[in-house]
Amino acid sequence: MAEAPEMASLAGAIPHNESLATATPYIRIRNLDFYYGDNKALKGINLDFPERRVTALIGPSGCGKSTLLRVINRMYSLYPGQRATGEVMMAGENLIDDKVDPTDLRGRIGMVFQKPTPFPMSIYENISFGIKLHERLSKSAMDERVEWSLRKAALWDEAKDRLNQSALGMSGGQQQRLCIARTIAVKPQVLLFDEPTSALDPISTAKVEELIAELRHDFTIVIVTHSMQQAARCSDQTAFLFLGDVIEVGATAQVFTNPREQRTKDYVTGRFG
Amino acid sequence: MAGALASRRKATNLAVAVLASTAAVIALAVLASILWTLLARGLPALRFGILTTSMAPTGENGGLANAIVGSLIQDGIGMLIAIPIGVLAGTYLAEYARGSKLGEVTRFVSDILLSAPSILVGLFVYTLMVATTRSYSGIAGAVALAVIAIPIIIRTTEDMLSLVPVALREAAAALGAPKWKVVTLIAWRAAGAGMLTGILLALARVAGETAPLLFTSLGNLNWSTSLAKPMASLPVAIYQMASSPYEDLVQIAWAGALIITVGVLAINILAQLTVGRRR
Amino acid sequence: MTDITAIDLLPAASGRPRRSLGAERLFGGSVTAMGMIVLGLLSAIIVMLAIGAWPTFRSFGLAFFWNPVWDSVADKYGAGVMVYGTLLSSAIALLIAVPLAVGVAYFLTELAPQAFRRPVGIVIQLLAAIPSIIYGMWGFFVLAPLLAAHFILDVADLFAHVPVLNKVFDYGSGNSVFTAGLVLAAMILPLITAMFVEILAATPVVLKESVYGLGATRFEVVRHVAVPYGRRAMIGAVMLGLGRALGETMAVTFVIGNATRLSPNLFAQGATIASTIANEFSEAGFGSMKLAALLGLGLTLFIISFIVLAASRALVAPRVVS
Repeated sequence: MAEAPEMASLAGAIPHNESLATATPYIRIRNLDFYYGDNKALKGINLDFPERRVTALIGPSGCGKSTLLRVINRMYSLYPGQRATGEVMMAGENLIDDKVDPTDLRGRIGMVFQKPTPFPMSIYENISFGIKLHERLSKSAMDERVEWSLRKAALWDEAKDRLNQSALGMSGGQQQRLCIARTIAVKPQVLLFDEPTSALDPISTAKVEELIAELRHDFTIVIVTHSMQQAARCSDQTAFLFLGDVIEVGATAQVFTNPREQRTKDYVTGRFG
Repeated sequence: MAGALASRRKATNLAVAVLASTAAVIALAVLASILWTLLARGLPALRFGILTTSMAPTGENGGLANAIVGSLIQDGIGMLIAIPIGVLAGTYLAEYARGSKLGEVTRFVSDILLSAPSILVGLFVYTLMVATTRSYSGIAGAVALAVIAIPIIIRTTEDMLSLVPVALREAAAALGAPKWKVVTLIAWRAAGAGMLTGILLALARVAGETAPLLFTSLGNLNWSTSLAKPMASLPVAIYQMASSPYEDLVQIAWAGALIITVGVLAINILAQLTVGRRR
Repeated sequence: MTDITAIDLLPAASGRPRRSLGAERLFGGSVTAMGMIVLGLLSAIIVMLAIGAWPTFRSFGLAFFWNPVWDSVADKYGAGVMVYGTLLSSAIALLIAVPLAVGVAYFLTELAPQAFRRPVGIVIQLLAAIPSIIYGMWGFFVLAPLLAAHFILDVADLFAHVPVLNKVFDYGSGNSVFTAGLVLAAMILPLITAMFVEILAATPVVLKESVYGLGATRFEVVRHVAVPYGRRAMIGAVMLGLGRALGETMAVTFVIGNATRLSPNLFAQGATIASTIANEFSEAGFGSMKLAALLGLGLTLFIISFIVLAASRALVAPRVVS
């Protein structure tokens, strides 16, 4: 459970809140309901994710933030008994409509998971795997893209001499950055992070957070996090969820220093969660 | 009183320890006897000629060459048939039929086949392929071996695939991989070492089987590599020679027994190593 | 280095046809088809055995299952002798192998040093992998002569004047139901021992420690904690061993003597279903009644094995795959 963050120091740590005003929504969610079997886990969610900005989803365990994240890239389609109704609009289409092909969609929306999951292959193959699903590249173009992804993920220097060695030999922090590299390698427009640093040590965590702040220049990012400090450090917009509802959403600085709702205030000051 | 009870309990514990140790000694003695017999009778009988000469009647200095080759052919073809069926069916159970009724039934049936006496498999293939064509054949023997190997491969494939973490699959799916690619490019790769072990164990089992071959490939005293005709195999040759009244043939049988045991154990050890290495 | 804005972004989904649906269907179809082959295989086995054995049941009816007459000359067949031999030899095998296996498992898990366990475990696995024909040959060339020379005469002498028992332990030969039982015991011993070791070792340490903490001896902990905890699995293991023994051919054929008459004497020659099939097959011409009778024997063995397997599955929870 997070300790009550100092309001004033948080305000000082967030330099981005003015950029929200200039952003357009890239993904719009309207009236989203989600069911695990008969259990309604998300209730009438309305939320916008602004383009090229970072949105953090925070809330106590079981509030639905991971569920919401996994709706966006249709991960729930993998499991019978899970379904969603409503609208998740991106580039003019409703992503949760059956007509939209999930495998195609996941080339445009990437996800990084809580536990690093390197494939049992070389570092190079880990990255080329995703690319080959969607594009046909020549060897040199592929090499270029692999290098680009590793550089963007701040992993190139550590990996460039070991590209053909197994990815399983890397440390936890390196593996997670590899997962980030392979996700951005397919050039998605959106990146979803599901508690990306909860399995990492503090130094790796700091590196990944730095990375996320960098990546916002090129991608629309949504990050689910248990840590309010992380949300405060990394995000432009924060949405607070509780029991399947969006309680409050707004500029991160405002949500943390001057929340409108009492429940938001209680959570953010550490009264519960 | 406490003292008497405690010493009685201690005595019981000791008695049990003695009994258990005796059991261990007996078991060790029996197994040692078997291995000793194999070595004592097999080693002296091993001459290089056994590997190069075909089977021959008593007194003609025959060998086991045609039987060994026949076994290699039947084992090989049997595995060639069994591996695709076993791996795909095991993949079906692990990836496509989780929790479904049909999957449960298939798994149950596979377990029945796994424990079915191998002589019944031989009878089955006999009625299917030999009785219908009125001819014994090497291919029938291979099919019988395949039927024995398939449930083993299904079981190990399914078990190994179940061990692949869900997170790994989700990561591949999240990149946009369709299910069949998640299974073949990621899950199979992750479970690969274990699956290979299962295949090797199936091969080891199949290589030592005699009963199913008695009614399918029958055995052949001559050199023949034709799948359409009766084919010799090492286990059947050993059986025929060991049951014969001629001392020299019995000797060859022991040599054959040693060869087949070493072969089967070697495959088993290879299988154990495969599991250990890729960890 | 190239930047994302300079690269063509992937076009919207509506502009692209659904790729890989064909490949998906092909793969899904293939694996399902292979699964169904498994179902088909078992059905085919049952059907083919039944069809092949049909002439026997048409001629002799259900009495075939227990009729102890097996007359090749008169072409009259009954499975009684073989069923008796199969059940008896397997029972002897279990009576000897199970206590031994318990003892060895106890020894390995409680008495032997920890470092022993893994190499011995591997040795046991390798022993279980030895082809059964080796056991048969050992039985024929080593055990049977040994029993004939020392054991049988002594035991028969011992019971010579005891009513009833002198019929069970009568003078006989080295090749007998009893010898077959011993060979089977040797064969299933590694199998059952390996399973027992695994089951005992799987007892949660917490449970054992709490009883040790009360001052129990090793034996008491095993008896009152480990065995009750693993009882179901142990019975399942025994049934698996039983199933193996019932269907075994090569280990038995060498030493059972292949007589076709029923006898209460343990030391008399006998026959099991599997050994009879193996032995008499060469004399069964295509389409003959004898062949149908042998297939009838096969069907009988299948039914017996199925019952044992189903029972063991009911006791040991089937592999739970969720």
